[in-house]
Amino acid sequence: MEENRITHLTGLIVIGGSAGSLDVILRVLPLLKTTMQVPVIIVLHRKISEENILTELLTAKTNLPVKEVEDGDVLVGGTIYIAPADYHLLLEKQGGLSLDASEKINYSRPSIDVTFESAAEAFGKKLTAIILSGANADGSAGMKIVKQHGGICLAQNPATASAAYMPQYAINHVAVDSILNADEIAAYINAQ
Amino acid sequence: MENTYIHDHEIDILLNDVVSLYGYDFSEYARASLGRRINRLFALDKFPSFAEFRYKIRTDADYFSRFVEEITVNVTEMFRDPSFYKALREEVLPVLATHPFIRIWHAGCSTGEEVFSMAILLQEANLLHKSLLYATDINPKVLEKLRTGMFPLSQMKQYSENYIASGGKEDFSKYYTANYERARFDASLSKSIIVSTHNLVSDRSFNEFQLIVCRNVLIYFDRPLKDKAFVLFDESLEKLGFLALGSKENLKFSPVAHKFRQLDNKQKIWRKIE
Ligand SMILES: C[S@@+](CC[C@H](N)C(=O)[O-])C[C@H]1O[C@@H](n2cnc3c(N)ncnc32)[C@H](O)[C@@H]1O
Repeated sequence: MEENRITHLTGLIVIGGSAGSLDVILRVLPLLKTTMQVPVIIVLHRKISEENILTELLTAKTNLPVKEVEDGDVLVGGTIYIAPADYHLLLEKQGGLSLDASEKINYSRPSIDVTFESAAEAFGKKLTAIILSGANADGSAGMKIVKQHGGICLAQNPATASAAYMPQYAINHVAVDSILNADEIAAYINAQ
Repeated sequence: MENTYIHDHEIDILLNDVVSLYGYDFSEYARASLGRRINRLFALDKFPSFAEFRYKIRTDADYFSRFVEEITVNVTEMFRDPSFYKALREEVLPVLATHPFIRIWHAGCSTGEEVFSMAILLQEANLLHKSLLYATDINPKVLEKLRTGMFPLSQMKQYSENYIASGGKEDFSKYYTANYERARFDASLSKSIIVSTHNLVSDRSFNEFQLIVCRNVLIYFDRPLKDKAFVLFDESLEKLGFLALGSKENLKFSPVAHKFRQLDNKQKIWRKIE
């Protein structure tokens, strides 16, 4: 049964962010319709001490189910998944989620590159990768792979990001499909 | 790009070689992370083609041991997740204390930071003298490090903070002596540790334990292999024994779940009830 799951999903959205991106996510979540069909995965750089607070914070902003990923979870449409602190989050081809506590990448665990890359391999054209505010280059290498697999890449408008480096770096290095502000990101997700 | 990437079907070929030549079966590891590790090694060692990578693994046993070392993830810490160790101190050790003799199995212990942390807990509960800690891993290289009883001195500040957060009341530095770049842990701790290779994929139960600790190992296995490991742990646990998993792991969906009850403390510790 698990084998078929992934084909039932019309798409997947993975959002990556670092410094300053929590504000954007807190603005996007309340705008998401509860009829959302796709799963959304959020990969945020943060301190481990902020661990549980993050899931609680996001849960309070939406009526959609929010879940911090545990090993063995399988993607379900209309659910928001949070990559747990101190683990990389990867997508299996069958739609399973797996965790990996290996070395930090770009000084980060979870690393946005790792999730973008494995999501690209598992979901190909059905994937949208979104990069938000941050002061780190994480995410751009992953976005290149998303593009190679035919997926869509979006960047937060650096002018609206409290740390412009990360989205700007992606824009400079990857042929992103659109540059959006928070409202437009929400509208994009709602249209999936 | 093409020739710097190992594809899924090539990974299958490699894993077939590895199991038939060396007897290690990685075919049921979670593929996304395994594929990433294999590709990482391929890039790191700058192989010009898949064929050359494959040839090296097939023909060079030393390189194969590097392969095992690099595709398994060995990252570990002392008192990793301090609240877990706090729960062990408060809820598990008092039960273990009632046994005349305590056997603990650390499956997938890597370089042993977790095992030494446990030895410290037992020492502080005055139980170490009647305990044996079995430290096992698939990878002989990490076990060699464990046997030295030494960890990088640069980590001690972090470990000492973890130790205090886990409820430790002593001066953490009393457990080791600084030796150049290394902290050598007290022989009174390592005395109770038995080290051996053990492969959770292919090796069987070898004793009965009151506590099995297997943290951040099963996350690398796919569902059927996780389930096999859970059955092995069930077979290796005494009735009323404890099973401790990593902070993002769960026994919930396993075939032995009904035989276990999770402790009420939100930590990933289960007790075998039947
Ligand atoms: C991330 S470390 C976990 C270390 C420690 N338990 C912790 O949580 O900090 C994972 C360990 O599992 C070991 N491992 C992987 N596959 C294994 C297998 N089939 N049997 C036994 N150990 C295995 C690896 O060699 C590695 O040392």
